[in-house]
Parts: sequence; C-alpha cells; structure tokens
Amino acid sequence: MQKLLEIRDLDLTLDKERILQNINLDVNHGEVLAVIGPNGCGKSSLAYTIMGLKGYEQNGGGIFFKGKEISELSVTERAKKGITLAWQEPARFEGVSVREFLSIGAKAKGRNIDNKDLDWALNEVAIIPNKYLDRNVDDTLSGGERKRIELASILLMKPDLVILDEPDSGVDVVALNNIGDVINDFKNEQMGVILITHSDEMLEVADKAALICGGEIFNVGNPQEVSDYFKYQCIPCEDEDFEKHQGVSSNE
Amino acid sequence: MNDYEMMVDAYKKAGGEDVFSNSDTAHMVLEQDKILGKHEVEGLEINAEKIKTNTIDVKLRIKKGYQIKNPVHMCFGVLPKEGLQKILMDVNIEKDAYAKIMSDCVFPNATEVKHVMKANIHLGSNAHYEYEENHFHGKTGGVEVVAKSNIEMDEGSEILTLFTLRKGRVGKIDFDYEADLAENAKVEMLTRISGYEDDQVKIREAARLNGRNARGLLDSKIAMADNAKAEVYNELTANAPDAKGHVDCTEIIKDNAIARAVPIVEVSHPEAKVTHEAAIGSVDSDQLQTLMARGLDEEEASDLIIQGLLKG
Ligand SMILES: Nc1ncnc2c1ncn2[C@@H]1O[C@H](COP(=O)(O)OP(=O)(O)O)[C@@H](O)[C@H]1O
Ligand SMILES: [Mg+2]
Repeated sequence: MQKLLEIRDLDLTLDKERILQNINLDVNHGEVLAVIGPNGCGKSSLAYTIMGLKGYEQNGGGIFFKGKEISELSVTERAKKGITLAWQEPARFEGVSVREFLSIGAKAKGRNIDNKDLDWALNEVAIIPNKYLDRNVDDTLSGGERKRIELASILLMKPDLVILDEPDSGVDVVALNNIGDVINDFKNEQMGVILITHSDEMLEVADKAALICGGEIFNVGNPQEVSDYFKYQCIPCEDEDFEKHQGVSSNE
Repeated sequence: MNDYEMMVDAYKKAGGEDVFSNSDTAHMVLEQDKILGKHEVEGLEINAEKIKTNTIDVKLRIKKGYQIKNPVHMCFGVLPKEGLQKILMDVNIEKDAYAKIMSDCVFPNATEVKHVMKANIHLGSNAHYEYEENHFHGKTGGVEVVAKSNIEMDEGSEILTLFTLRKGRVGKIDFDYEADLAENAKVEMLTRISGYEDDQVKIREAARLNGRNARGLLDSKIAMADNAKAEVYNELTANAPDAKGHVDCTEIIKDNAIARAVPIVEVSHPEAKVTHEAAIGSVDSDQLQTLMARGLDEEEASDLIIQGLLKG
C-alpha cells in the first residue's frame, strides 16, 4: 500500500547550523508515529519542515505525501493536500470567535460546518460548546483551552496527516487522557499522526516511535522500547552541536 | 427611486438595518443639504435646518431623565459623485438621560465628496451617551471626511464612541475629538479603520480628566495596506485625584503602508495615573502560518486576522 508520508534523507540547515540530518521516516494511514528526544534536538524543526513553514526550507532530501514530492509546495498548498500542524504554543486571535476559528479548515476545503458539527468537535475535546462558541480565541482562553480548540478545528478539517507538536505540554492530567482519545479519533478516521511528545501516557497511543538526537534519528521502533532507551540508556551525544542543544530549553 | 429611497437603499446595501419605517425608532436622513426624513420619539427632539448651501444645522436634544430605548439612526450621505456636505451638530444629552446614536455615512458613488462635521456635545450630570459612527465610502477613495467634536462632560456622565470603517476605501479622514471630563465622568473612544491604496488617516483624540475619579480610554486599531498612511495622536491628561486613563493603539501595516502613533500622556496630580501601549507591526506570522496550515492563502489569512483585530 502507498505510504501516506515518506521522508527521505532530509537535511535542514538554519543560520549555517545543521538542525536536521539525514532524516528517514514513514507514516501510514491510521498510524501514529511518536517523535521523542531532548529539548532542542530538532523535533519542532522537523514538524515545521514537513508543514513547509517559512524559514524551514529543506536543504536536501525529499518529502513525499501520498507518493508525490511536496517540498516545493507552500504551506497553504500542503494544507489543501491534507497536511496540518498543531503548534506547541497555539496562536491567539483577537476578535475571532471559537465558532469562526473552528470552521476555517473545513471551509478552506469547501465543506460547510453546522452547529451539530461544532458541538461534536468541542465535545470531543471536552470543551462545553455553549460556554465557548462565542468567546474569542484570544488570551482570555488559557493555553490548554486554545490547544484543545485547535484540536477540535483539526477534527473538523479532517486532514490526512496531522502533526501535533507537544499537545500534552501545559495541559492537566484529565485533559491528557482526553487528548489521547482525540488521537485515537484521528486514527479511526484513517489519518496519519506525527506526535511530538515528552510524556509516557501519550506514547500509549503511538504505533511506533522515533528518537531524535542532535538532529538525527537515533532509532525507530516500538514506542516503549524507544522511550526506555532514551530514558535509561541514551548517553549524551558526543556531537558538540548536541551538547550545545542540551543547554537549550526555550521550548519548554 | 426618489432621493430618500436612494439614500435608504445605499444605506441598506452598505449593511445598515432597516429601521426607517419603525415608529419606535427615531431617525434622520440627510443627503447633502437636503433633509429627506426625520422622526422623533418621546423625550427626543431633532431639529435640522439648512442654513446655507451645503450646510445643515442639526440640534439633537434628549430631555432630562429620558432613556431612549432604541438606538437613534442618523444617516448622512452624498449620492452624486461630487459634492460637499457640512453638518453643524449640537447634541445635548440632559441630566440623567440616555441615548445611543448610530450614525451611518454613505458615499457610494463618491469620486470627489467632502463631508465635514463639527459637533458640540454636552452631557448633563449622570447622562449616558453612546455614539457609533460607521462609514461606507465605496471603492474609489474619493471621499474626504473632516470631523471635529468638542465634548463637555458633567459629573458622573458617560460617553462611549465607536468609529468604524472596515470595508471599502477610506479616502482621506481627518478627525479631531476632544473631551473634558468632570468628576466621576467616563469617556471611551474606540476607532477601527482599515485602509488601502493611497488612503490617509489622521486621528487626534484628546481627553482631559479634570475631575476627581474621571476615567478615560482611547483605543485605536488601524490596519493599512498598499501606500496608505495613518497617523494617530492620542492625548490623555489627568489632573485630579484618582483620575485614571489608558491609551491603546494597535496598527498593522502591509506593503508600503506607513503608520505612526503618538501617545501624549500627561499627569499633573500625584494620585492620578495614565498608562499607554502602542504596537505597530505587520500581521503576526504565527497567526498567519496557523491559518495557512488550515488551508487559507496568505491574503485570506491576513484579512481574517485584520477583520478580527478591527472587531475587537
Ligand atoms: N528559525 C531558526 N533559526 C535558527 N535556529 C533554529 C531555528 N529554529 C530552531 N533552531 C534551532 O534548532 C534546534 C532545534 O530546535 P527545535 O526544533 O525547536 O527543537 P525541539 O523542538 O526538539 O526542542 C535548536 O538548537 C534551535 O535553537
Ligand atoms: Mg519543540
């Protein structure tokens, strides 16, 4: 069967610094790939490169989505093909209601969203619809609430591949369970998921995991084994770049 | 269609509500120097008179203690491509009275239209006045608006003004609003403008918090694209105990647009306090990328962000 996403020999250099090197990864329909690794190892950069964000243009290798090379495509084009990204720190939108925000992705794909859809999506992320629909997606919502609303918008958008950058950071334990359920929803819809995470609970929904160290894939395999390796056996890399990365905690 | 019908039609096309046939709602419709329609309700008096070519004198009074339930609709406009409309306005909201006025200014065909408004507004003690002015200037940019208001506020009175121009061209706008506040009075002036091509916006809003515990908020949100220019002067002075004010100016620019924000804050009493915030920049790239990752192109994304900002 055709793979949903194939990343081949991907390199990314930013500010003359090698951020990602020789990345090879696959994601199938209905499969959750967890990406783990220390702070500053390049997890978010990988997410941004797949999404095609400005400033994250790859320097080598290929990204194939449903068999087609997409590295020349803009963010919008990639989204229209069925890729989306949930940021670790969701943006705030002054004057944009939750109702409007939730419909954006579906509308861009030419699908209309009705009240029933909105209620369903918010209930899925454990947000009470009639309390939130008319509020704005601004800083009156907590970071955790905005994260869950972002997930709801993705449920409505129905992409084929969703990249979740630390969906578990800054949310409480109850919400954590709920995010696991939402990821299972994505799976059931045959969507592929790239799940960047630091949490063991989240790993339970993953089918496989990749450990990134200093911008390189260290190993790929069973989520628990890869995570255990990372926790108990991973010796700090010799790579001097990596030692520098270890000091970086800006993403925490 | 006669002039009245054409004005109402232009107004509705611009998104205005159909209130002109409702007998519970006071209204007035002026086209250039013609008084096309006028309706009063109990407690409210409107007198309009043409005092010379292109000039209309309007006196609006809300009688002492009256609370006018429905917003009063005033529709100003110039229908031909060219023309001058000068309005001299006297507004008197008497003691303990309340009214909300929605002014809609429509210049749908303008290539060279000038609209001048000079207003003197007086609020009696504990009077409460809301004024919302929405402009629809068409797409040619041939409108020039010059508006000057002097607002006198007696103790405990409150005024909220909202000026919006969110769609279509600005042309040229030159505003100058001044308010003097007595004890416990409160002013909020909100401005939401989006401009493009070679639109020009100049706004001066000044509030003097002269009385004890007076409150002032000057809040402008402006989005300029292409070669548009915006200058916002917000002046807030506080010279009485417990007087408090805040100036907030957000301007988003695109392309070659230029924005300038000049907050002037002056405090001359040790127990008064005024704060200010100004932010000028382009559309936030995190917001843009989020929307683009949902499938909007850059233009659609930035429109959505700007319309949101202007709603806020
Ligand atoms: N736009 C950028 N320009 C330069 N360096 C960057 C940029 N984005 C990320 N980096 C660097 O790339 C490395 C990986 O960062 P990141 O992908 O955010 O790591 P992670 O998400 O794993 O914590 C870090 O050293 C970071 O400083
Ligand atoms: Mg990160």
